[in-house]
Amino acid sequence: MVMLELDAVGVTLGRRNVLGGISARFGDGALVGIVGPNGAGKSTLARAMLGLVPARGDIRFDGQHVATLRRDELARRVAYLPQGQTLHWPITVERLVGLGRLPHLGPMSRIRSQDTAAIERAMARADVLDLRDRIATELSGGERARVLLARALAVEAPMLIADEPLASLDPGHQIDVMDLLRAEAHGGALVIAVLHDLTMAARYCDRLLLIDRGRLVADGSPADVLTPDHLRTVYRIEAQVDLTGAWPTVTPLWRSPLTAPSKSM
Amino acid sequence: MAPTRRRMGLLTCLTLLTAAAAIGSLLLGPVDIPLPRIWSAMLGHGDQVTDTILFDLRLPRTLIGLAVGAMLGVAGAAMQGYLRNPLAEPSVLGTSSAAALGAVGALYFGLSELHPAMLPLLSIGGACLSLLLLFFLAGRSESSLTLILAGIAVATLAQAGIALALNLSPNPFAAMEIMTWLMGSLENRSFDHLWIALPCIVIGMALLLWDGRALDALTLGEDGAQALGVDLRRTRLRLMLGTAIGVGGAVAVSGSIGFIGLIVPHLLRPLTDRSPSAILLPAALGGAALLTFADIAVRLINIMNELKLGVVTAFLGIPIFLLHLMRERRLW
Repeated sequence: MVMLELDAVGVTLGRRNVLGGISARFGDGALVGIVGPNGAGKSTLARAMLGLVPARGDIRFDGQHVATLRRDELARRVAYLPQGQTLHWPITVERLVGLGRLPHLGPMSRIRSQDTAAIERAMARADVLDLRDRIATELSGGERARVLLARALAVEAPMLIADEPLASLDPGHQIDVMDLLRAEAHGGALVIAVLHDLTMAARYCDRLLLIDRGRLVADGSPADVLTPDHLRTVYRIEAQVDLTGAWPTVTPLWRSPLTAPSKSM
Repeated sequence: MAPTRRRMGLLTCLTLLTAAAAIGSLLLGPVDIPLPRIWSAMLGHGDQVTDTILFDLRLPRTLIGLAVGAMLGVAGAAMQGYLRNPLAEPSVLGTSSAAALGAVGALYFGLSELHPAMLPLLSIGGACLSLLLLFFLAGRSESSLTLILAGIAVATLAQAGIALALNLSPNPFAAMEIMTWLMGSLENRSFDHLWIALPCIVIGMALLLWDGRALDALTLGEDGAQALGVDLRRTRLRLMLGTAIGVGGAVAVSGSIGFIGLIVPHLLRPLTDRSPSAILLPAALGGAALLTFADIAVRLINIMNELKLGVVTAFLGIPIFLLHLMRERRLW
């Protein structure tokens, strides 16, 4: 079932066209990776999907235009894991994960039993039950990443957008996070993750969107998207792409010789 | 202890503390009234002197102290939560300075002599005008930084206006009158003052208490909060209106009283789960108790010139800051 449709989506920040003409359709039960070099517009696309930046074109959730949805309605449909691990107050892990239930609560309503159950489920899935009484700002980077993911899972939304969920994590914690995201997708959710690690993206994602300078360069399976040609054009690297394993592995070799940059938007 | 029980325990303790402050404020003052006389006055059998002291002087003073303290406490907690900065306080929006400028205008032009309500009404007018300026300067942006910058601009303008009034005051007595008012006091306040301030304070507190959940969501930053369904524009609007109306009303009857909005959330945060919403109600009770105790101290400290409330709260703030500094430096 189509959950999210992007039709010629563009974003202008200040005088700069950051994103232009992105069209794609996403169904449930899939883990979709958005990849591309720094400054390509990946995070802006994620933020545009959530209505966090004004966008041109059409973004529809289950056929409804994003602009017609109230903030709390949208929040119940899409959980968001923002970039970075900034927390402004030293609250406990349980309290932090509980923030994921805010879209389901009124300004003055109390936490209900179903909210408590959802918080427990999210903490169990992210394996942070034993951290519940710890202060979130005192956790290690890996622990904090799992706790923040639990916060996003506690929304229990049919869609999750994660912006660079692997940033500053060691390989073990990267695998933990990607396992969780894949489990969420295979449980029926649509999960869209902005990623930098191409091999992790190829291993875990069902589909990849390759973005460069605000434009969609390729959209398809990891094997179709992560070709040496695409990597050369977009990242300006020579890379060895091994397709003999269960998933493509990308080994960057060296910078491609500088060529005239393709015309910007 | 379970978080809910701990919170209830804290609220009960603060309520008892506030009640003790209120009773102390009714009992204590320069005139020593024995407890039996106060009791019979409460029951409606008091003599005229006791009735006057108790109901015309101490009761409105106590109620204004409680209301102003509660407003400053909750506004401080809300501003710290919204700006995600433990050093924020209600005056950061500049509305308290603007309210003070309104009052200074009433004193400077002699309008306060026309009617006792003139000064507080002009003060609230100053706060409302500053709010319009704040809206104009901060625009429709959702960023808290633009609000801080706009607040600094409004506060600086208002403080410049106050400095101008002091500079141009026709004689030293007029300047002294302005300075004395600026130091803050609850002396000689009547029920008229309470009825002017109370509606503003009730509206202000209601607007600020409404946004507890939004302030919690801001723990994740502005994007994180919006993705949790928080309409940051509306949150900011309620916060601006709540602080301007409530603090404007408070300053109108008490003068500028600093530090309460800064200290109280600091003192109470370690006793809560540290989320911004958990501090709002305790900060209201703590502010009410602290300001009332400070006002009792003003009455009991016997020196030649009457001590001003703003001076006492400022001195109270210093040891608390030192304590925090020592904790931060792990000296204690």
